Amino acid sequence: MLTCKDATRLMSEAQDRPLSVGEKLQLEVHLAMCRGCSNFREQMNFLRLACRRFMQRRNGGDDGSPSS
Amino acid sequence: MLKFAQLQLRDAALAEDAVQEALVAALAGERSFSGRSALKTWVFSILRNKIVDLIRVQSRTTNVSALGDDEADMDATFEALFKDNAHWRPEVRPFGWGDPAETLREERFWEVFETCLNHLPEKTARVFMMREFLEFETDEVCRELSLTVSNCNVILHRARNGLRRCLEGSWFAPGVSAC
Repeated sequence: MLTCKDATRLMSEAQDRPLSVGEKLQLEVHLAMCRGCSNFREQMNFLRLACRRFMQRRNGGDDGSPSS
Repeated sequence: MLKFAQLQLRDAALAEDAVQEALVAALAGERSFSGRSALKTWVFSILRNKIVDLIRVQSRTTNVSALGDDEADMDATFEALFKDNAHWRPEVRPFGWGDPAETLREERFWEVFETCLNHLPEKTARVFMMREFLEFETDEVCRELSLTVSNCNVILHRARNGLRRCLEGSWFAPGVSAC
């Protein structure tokens, strides 16, 4: 059984590399039962999105590009 | 642009030089631009390369993988989020942050975001920003900074959790200020 602590490591690594089938399965089973960790995953996704938007704001896009 | 360079390099003079060099290089290049936005993108891509060069030089003189006091503090804070069985303590369990689009539209949010980035220890921030802002693949970041993959993973996890906790404390938690 995956602990919450281990789950956070996997969720961080999922931002950097594709997880293996086994890792994915373990994580999904854990997330289905754990509200805190599913919120953690949404927060990781939010961070990624915020970083992209941060760069767009710096990088010439006055209000970003509506197409992307 | 200057702010961006400073955020990455944590050195005002170095950042100023990098931006100036990028501007000069951009103006020296003979390219025509359809608009202001294309020019900015071009200057930015030059600046990105300059920043990477500087980080490469810096990483030769400093040991990025060495654990400083700040990093040790962050790890202790992270460990304290969990009970003995490595599951969340109820009072610090991550909560929902609502609609991301709405948050990202708020000007004030970006000030908090930058403050939180600045709160990250220098080396931790550098690895995180190379990955998230300069959009290097993780193995490239590791290679550039001479880190092992597992070390890289640990640093990125530390950075993400630190940033997450800072935003949670200073933006998402109602009535709480400062991280």
